[in-house]
Parts: sequence; C-alpha cells; structure tokens
Amino acid sequence: MTEGFPRFHPIAEHGLMIDFGDRIDPAIHDLVLAADAALAADPFSGLCETIPSHASLLIRFDPLICDHAQARLAAERAMASDSATRRPARQHDVAVCYEDELAPDLAAVAIQTGQSVEAVIAAHLAGEYQVYMYGFAPGYAYLAGLPAAIRLPRKPAAMRGIPAGSVLIAGPQCLVTTLTMPTGWWIIGRSPTRILTGDPAQPFLFEVGDRIRFRRIARKDLPDGGHHHG
Amino acid sequence: MAEAVLRISFAGPHVTLQDAGRPGFQRFGVPESGPLDRLALAAANAALGNAANFPGIEISPGGLTLDCLSGRLGFAVAGGGFVLDHAGRRGGSWSRATLAAGQRLAIRPGRWGSWCYLALAGEPDRPEWLGSRATHALSGLGGGAISTGQTLRLRDTRPGPTGPETFPCPVLARPRPQLHVTPGPQLDQFPAAALATLRAGPWHLTDARDRMGVRLRGPHLVPVAGALDIPSGPVPRGAVQVAGDGVATILLADHQTTGGYPRIATVLDCDLDGLAQLRPGDPLGFVPVSAETAITIARSRARATAGYLASLRRS
Repeated sequence: MTEGFPRFHPIAEHGLMIDFGDRIDPAIHDLVLAADAALAADPFSGLCETIPSHASLLIRFDPLICDHAQARLAAERAMASDSATRRPARQHDVAVCYEDELAPDLAAVAIQTGQSVEAVIAAHLAGEYQVYMYGFAPGYAYLAGLPAAIRLPRKPAAMRGIPAGSVLIAGPQCLVTTLTMPTGWWIIGRSPTRILTGDPAQPFLFEVGDRIRFRRIARKDLPDGGHHHG
Repeated sequence: MAEAVLRISFAGPHVTLQDAGRPGFQRFGVPESGPLDRLALAAANAALGNAANFPGIEISPGGLTLDCLSGRLGFAVAGGGFVLDHAGRRGGSWSRATLAAGQRLAIRPGRWGSWCYLALAGEPDRPEWLGSRATHALSGLGGGAISTGQTLRLRDTRPGPTGPETFPCPVLARPRPQLHVTPGPQLDQFPAAALATLRAGPWHLTDARDRMGVRLRGPHLVPVAGALDIPSGPVPRGAVQVAGDGVATILLADHQTTGGYPRIATVLDCDLDGLAQLRPGDPLGFVPVSAETAITIARSRARATAGYLASLRRS
C-alpha cells in the first residue's frame, strides 16, 4: 500500500471516492480491482454502482438508503476481507491494421522514437495490455501496458473527426475508439473489433481488468477495406 | 391501439428525447444522461399520468414546433417559463391538454428558464440503448436528437387528463443560483486559499454550455504545478473541474465518466436541476457543506419532490 493511502473523499450526497495512490501503476490498479470485486461480491444496502479507474474507485450510493459513513464502513470491511472471489480476467485478441492512411501517425511515431515503422508495429504487437478503466466516451477502454519504446506525450493539438475503430497511443496507454471524435493521441492503426458490441446480453466487449493482445491484419481483412466502421 | 404521427416542423439545436436516464454503466464510460432538469420531466409525466421513467422531449432555448398529422394524444409541458401556442391559444409551461390531428404546438423560451419538457401520452418509436431511450448527445445513442423535418410516430396514444389545464410550478423547480458542494476530491491540487476563492466568487454562467457541462466565468483557480499529471479518475455529474487555464466547468448529464482535470468540489445532485434552469450571465455561488449536511439536504429535497409529484398524480 502506498504511503498515505487509501484516502476517502465524500462526493456530494451520493458518492465516496477511494484513492489508492497517485500514479498509473499495476500494484495500485490491482488494489482498485480488488476493492471493486469485493464490493461486487458483497454489496451493501444502498450501493448503486462502482466506477474503477487507474488509482481510484468511486462508490455511488442512494442517499435515501445509506450515507457516506456507512459506505466507508462497508468499503473498509470489503477491502479487509480476503474471501472476495475475483472474476478471472478474460483474454481478448484485438485485430489491428497498420496500413497507410488508416495509421496517419505511424511514421511520425517512428521518427520521434528513432526507429523504423516496422519496429513500432512490432513493439505495439508485443505489448501485454490490461483494461485499466473506461472513460471519455461510451466504450473508450484505456489499456495500460504500452511498451516503453513507443511512448510519446500527447500531440500538442487535437485532430478532429477521427473515425471509430482508430487505434491510438499516448504515454503508457493505448485505446480503440468507438465513436468519431477528436483526439490528441497518436493514430497508429484501425481495428474492426467492436467494443460496443450491440449485443444486449454483453454490450461491452471488455470488463475493467481484462487482458488484451493485438493481432496484425491486412487491409483486405477489414470487413469493408477500412472505409467505415461500426 | 391508437396511434399518432407528429411532424417536427422546427427544432432548435440540442432538442433530444430523454427518459429518466441510464444508470449503472458509468464503469463502461456511459453517463446516465437523462433530462438536465429531471424534476421538470418527472412533473410533465406525472401531470399526464405517464410512468415516472417515460420518455419525453427535452426542449432547448431554440424551441420546438410540431404539427399533429394524425391521431390524438395528451401532452403536458413543464420546466422554466416557456411560452406555448396550441391551436390558436397562448399558454405556458406547467400546463396540459390534448393535441389533435391538424393542430400545431409551438414551444419557445419565455420569462425564465433554459430547458422545457414535453411529455406525450404515447410511446415514441425511438430506440432504446442499454434499456433507456435517454439520448447521449455526443454519440446520438438512445432515443436520439429531435430535428427539423423528422416524423415522430407514437403508439398506444390516449387523450390528456380531464383535470385542470394548468398545474403548479413549485419553488423546488425554480432556477437555483446557490449550489451546495462537498469540497474535493482534488482540493489538494489547488493552493490553500482555493476553497475560500470558490466560496467568494463572484461566479457567472457563460453561454459555453451543452448537455456535457457548463463553463463558468469567475476567479481563476489555478491548480498547483503537476496537478494535470494526476491519473484520470472517476468524474460524477456535478463535478466542478478546473482545466489548466484555471477556468471552472460544472459537469452535467452527459459528463465524461473519468477525466484528468482536477476537481475542486462536487455540486449536490439535488441542486443540479435548478442549476440547469439558470441562463447565461446569471450569477451563481458555491456553498461548501459537510457530507452529513449533504445527506440531510438531499433527503429533505427528495421528500418535497415526492410529495409534489404525488399531488400531480392526484390532480
């Protein structure tokens, strides 16, 4: 446990935020996942939902049923119990095409990290990723585990109209977009894998904590040659 | 079963279908969405005898005009002091009637308020997403935008109630310029005087607002060095976040579920309906409260809201 953590913050009348650390770190994120799983296994009366992120867990509750003090007691009890059964992380294969105009920033990433385009692709494919959180927009899953050799800060300005299915990297993270949106991240490929599945039984492909590997495909293997997505 | 067809003759920007919202998916990046003023849509539905989570139309300051092409159905309008023109008669928000084939209903902003809700006594032919027809404006997922030229079909229609044409607008539903907040969770990312600055203001709403949030004009709350490097964390509706330029934004119904900007405070959820009815340029203030006080305020507000909605259902 990081010195000075966990920290508890009341959030309006409906939430309790628990900070487990102040950086993106596998050990800290594992504490978030453990607390999330423990509360899911043994929910307290009034619990509405939990929202995991890199280093914090937001517990949302119904203020007509319980309060912050009761939520904190329940959370501390859940965190102390070792009986919580963690759902085993699933492994997903996500296809990605790195060709031409589907990867407009690939060459720039290669130049800025001082290696060939093929070396950038090889590094991206070698990464073992884990879903650390969702955010920004529905189905935007932030994947930690980008190899150090291809980490770059965000671009100084955002580009608009980036298509759904774009594979983006920035810092230690990677994500596959689900909507046409602006982004300041580096666009290194396109994926036909749908994270918003359209399946009511399992509307999101990943749970937070799941593990991801990327698999290279050719442009002809994209369902529509990469012109559309979704 | 009876049906009705409405033509959207004019819709301003940001007019959408909304129901009570889509709770429980924030861990997947999906905010609850739903009305910016939840009490107003609930009131319109209650006045019409609709279920509490029934979909209705959220009307922006741009206004809405629709023509009934066929059928006959009840409607109720609540939220703000909007002006209604219906079949040659002038009325306002907080009223209900029956719209019949050949009649036009026009709703536009009036003396006060920013959002108005049109409840209809019929089920609109719009899709659900994750069990809700609330529109997530950024993606268009859910019931979707209501735009000029569209046709809206409604099934299982029924006429409006036979009771009085108007119903009361409670004090609860008025714009709320004093917002209760709990400080944090990232108060430590600001200089020591920041909470006093937040309390002192002065703050005003700007016209930079949509369903995701509203930017404020006021004192600069510059985060400490390194504050923008904190890892992204969960962000609820009502979060007061401060970008690197020191400008404060309050997040609303279609908020991002996680974000990296430091959050100095969170507005109580029960104050957000009233915040939505303020207009650009209106002053507002922040009142920091303890967690215990937040609970007390929320429970008292919920009792008053439940009592009001129950009285509408009896009217």
